[in-house]
Amino acid sequence: MSIRAGILIALVAMGAASLGLRAIGRRLWPESPYWRDMPLGVAFGYVLAAAGFALAVKLYFIDRIVFFRWAMNGLIAFSIAAWIFRALGRRIGPGWSRKLFRQMPLTASFGILTVLAYAFTAIFAGWLAPYGQAEIFDAVNVLPGTDPAHPLGTDQIGRDILTRLIYGAQNTVGIAFATTLIAFFTGGSLGFLAATIGGWLDQLLSRGIDVLMAIPALIFALLLMTIASAWAGSERWMLTLYMVLIIALIDATRVFRLARAVAGNIVVMDYFEAAKLRGERLPYLIFREILPNATAPLLAEFGLRFCFVFLTIAALSFLGIGIQPPLADWGTMVKDLAQFINFAAFSPLTAALPLMAAGAIALLTVAVNFIVDWMLQKSSGLKE
Amino acid sequence: MSAPLLKIRDIRIEGRADEEWLPIIRGVSLDLNKGEVLGLIGESGAGKSTLGLAAMGYTRDGCRITGGSVEFDGTDLVQAPADVKRGLLGRRIAYVAQSAAASFNPAHRILDQCVEAPVVHGVMSRREAEAEAMELYRRLRLPDPEVIGFRYPHQVSGGQLQRAMTAMAMACKPDLIIFDEPTTSLDVTTQIEVLAAIRDIVEQFGTAAIYITHDLAVVAQMADRIKVLLRGEEVEEADTRTMLAAPREEYTKSLWAVRSFQRPPKPAVAGGQAPLIALRNITAAYGKAPVLHDVSFDIHAGRTVAVVGESGSGKSTAARVITGLLPPSRGEVLFEGEALPASYKGRSRDQLRQIQMIYQMADTALNPSRTIGEIIGRPVQFYLGLTGQEKRRRVEELLEQIELDPGEYFNRLPGELSGGQKQRVGIARALAAEPRFIICDEVTSALDQLVAEGILKLLARLQDELGLAYMFITHDLATVRAIADEVVVMKEGRVVEAGGKDEMFRPPHHPYTDLLLSSVPEMDPDWLSRLLARRAEGEIRHQGADGV
Repeated sequence: MSIRAGILIALVAMGAASLGLRAIGRRLWPESPYWRDMPLGVAFGYVLAAAGFALAVKLYFIDRIVFFRWAMNGLIAFSIAAWIFRALGRRIGPGWSRKLFRQMPLTASFGILTVLAYAFTAIFAGWLAPYGQAEIFDAVNVLPGTDPAHPLGTDQIGRDILTRLIYGAQNTVGIAFATTLIAFFTGGSLGFLAATIGGWLDQLLSRGIDVLMAIPALIFALLLMTIASAWAGSERWMLTLYMVLIIALIDATRVFRLARAVAGNIVVMDYFEAAKLRGERLPYLIFREILPNATAPLLAEFGLRFCFVFLTIAALSFLGIGIQPPLADWGTMVKDLAQFINFAAFSPLTAALPLMAAGAIALLTVAVNFIVDWMLQKSSGLKE
Repeated sequence: MSAPLLKIRDIRIEGRADEEWLPIIRGVSLDLNKGEVLGLIGESGAGKSTLGLAAMGYTRDGCRITGGSVEFDGTDLVQAPADVKRGLLGRRIAYVAQSAAASFNPAHRILDQCVEAPVVHGVMSRREAEAEAMELYRRLRLPDPEVIGFRYPHQVSGGQLQRAMTAMAMACKPDLIIFDEPTTSLDVTTQIEVLAAIRDIVEQFGTAAIYITHDLAVVAQMADRIKVLLRGEEVEEADTRTMLAAPREEYTKSLWAVRSFQRPPKPAVAGGQAPLIALRNITAAYGKAPVLHDVSFDIHAGRTVAVVGESGSGKSTAARVITGLLPPSRGEVLFEGEALPASYKGRSRDQLRQIQMIYQMADTALNPSRTIGEIIGRPVQFYLGLTGQEKRRRVEELLEQIELDPGEYFNRLPGELSGGQKQRVGIARALAAEPRFIICDEVTSALDQLVAEGILKLLARLQDELGLAYMFITHDLATVRAIADEVVVMKEGRVVEAGGKDEMFRPPHHPYTDLLLSSVPEMDPDWLSRLLARRAEGEIRHQGADGV
């Protein structure tokens, strides 16, 4: 009850503040149409933003909530890094890349920087990581910060957590990328074919895809993984391969739908008809007439799809049937370390361990989408 | 005389392009008295629509008013606060857009959309507004005025929807209406109805109007005064009759002269000569819906056959049958006396090469992600097998033939060209195949009159140089007059009349041909009144061209 009353009072107070804000604005700049025509909603938005900012300052400096402070520090650090990265890009490098950096919003440069960092970590994992990913130490359950040999501690069976985080980039990201590529290659080409040829082939493919899409994705993946684990037998790496193929198949259905819809809009264009009447063959029609005009939506879908694949892999790993040990993987790490979150009140750093793996997933997802948004904006801008 | 209702003074508007602001309107002034109709004409990009919107104190996104004033009945709309403008717009100033189909919300009934403005502005109660709307429908001569409002926008024809939109604008009895090309997307026969309805209702209510169009003959019927715009500046303004009789400026004269282009007639075809293309008893259908019924006509080498008729008459379908996109259910297409395979898939590369097509919408006819050089170069390589330097030289030749500078345009994308230039590229792509027969599907109807004239002249010149045969699909009889040797009139999938151009324009006509011919607006400002009077007398029995 008191919470509700509090919210109500806060709302009324903010409403009054926004009225006051507008009145002050009109008094100070009587000529300005900006203040004169300002709707109350906009004024309320300013007040709300100010209140939010005040709350953030209070949480940071007065309450000193540890996780909030980390998140804020991280945000500020990443923003500064992205800004510096963009500023450097504008000065260094060949003309075209400098031009690219000049048009780039901060979000995109943040995305690119993050993806580059992930790629670097993934490629040089073996060189960056202090130990091997399968290495097991005697010191089990070392808390972070207590042993200089293991800066982030070790897990239940004595594997170095920092090492596994770094190798996780290689395994999780690499596998997700490969899976998305396969999904796009199959889904995209089938979708284009269905739209171009049409008729019975279109019906056959579309209805088949409908059947696959009718089954909930995660349940379908679990089902197929169960079958695959019987096929794979004791070959653990085979299971990982099957997982890639299964997720690619499930995601290809979504790509197929999009590719078919996009191509469907292109094949009714006059230029496509002109090419058909010229007597062009299928590969020319698909690669020269459809593909260049379908890149923007497909690219956007690639970014999204990559994230979904990534999350599906993490989810399957969390359930124990995804990427198999001894390969390090972020989804598995979240599962293995999940209990540590109970220690949040006593040792924030320990509780943060599962969050690090989860955060690594979240950060990459956000970064990829920032880049894709920017590319979309660029390509749609060019067409106008 | 009392103060004008609308007074625009030295208005300046800029539009954002990439990173800079470019002027769209460079200081135009106008006065409009109560009950007066002002025609705004000019080619696309002249700023007609921008000026029309500015008369409401409004600019499109990405545009801004940088100077001048728009005074409506004593209120400066440029400076007025949003709530003052909100009280005026819709109630005292209304707007009728070019495409009614795109301006109506497809999810609501027409009547609900028509009564919204008076109810929202508190002018009338909903019941009164509905009665008023039905009265307006009646005055606009919509069929079944009591029930038509309960239909959804897709359930009425384009001409009816345009009139319903006028009724919507009229709902609050505004003092000023801005018509932005309200008849441009309609057939000639439908256009008459809409023009007459708009003119009558504007007269009855004493509404002032700004009528924006690029069609001079239309503006001559509607406007008391005409203002000519060119690149955001006023060229001249005068009384309609004065302007038509004696335009002062060179630019205006050139606009007036467009319709006079006419190529010299060619001698009749020699008796025994076999036609290049012959349609023999073609019957075709989309699925189960029959579109063509027993259509036959000939096209001879080096000549132009115009196929005319309103939309839905089957003229484009005939073209699809010739190209093989739509195999006919009966009949055949002969090329130099030999039957062509019904589907384009069965035709040889050489057969495909001989028949080329130029499309109406150059925007969708050119692949937006390939350069002009690639677009024209592809048929050169595909049909003639030229590559590398030879191909490039041939493309440059073609670009010169269509009067575009090869150095400048070779590497450009279609999006960087104007409408007329794109249409020229479409022509070059057809020419690149070195065909003997080209189908021109409404190639000039999306273009301004000056640009269209340039395209027609180009096509005529190419025909003389290369001996091409054209099938010219159009609904514009002025185009027919300019370029055709023979005319085929189509209606509801049948050939109504066919023959030489001169016979076709000389009475007696088939009644449908007569309806088409008489519906083409003429420059004479009394034309519409005379025509309506004649039709009312029953000299021409109107044939329900606008029926559902």
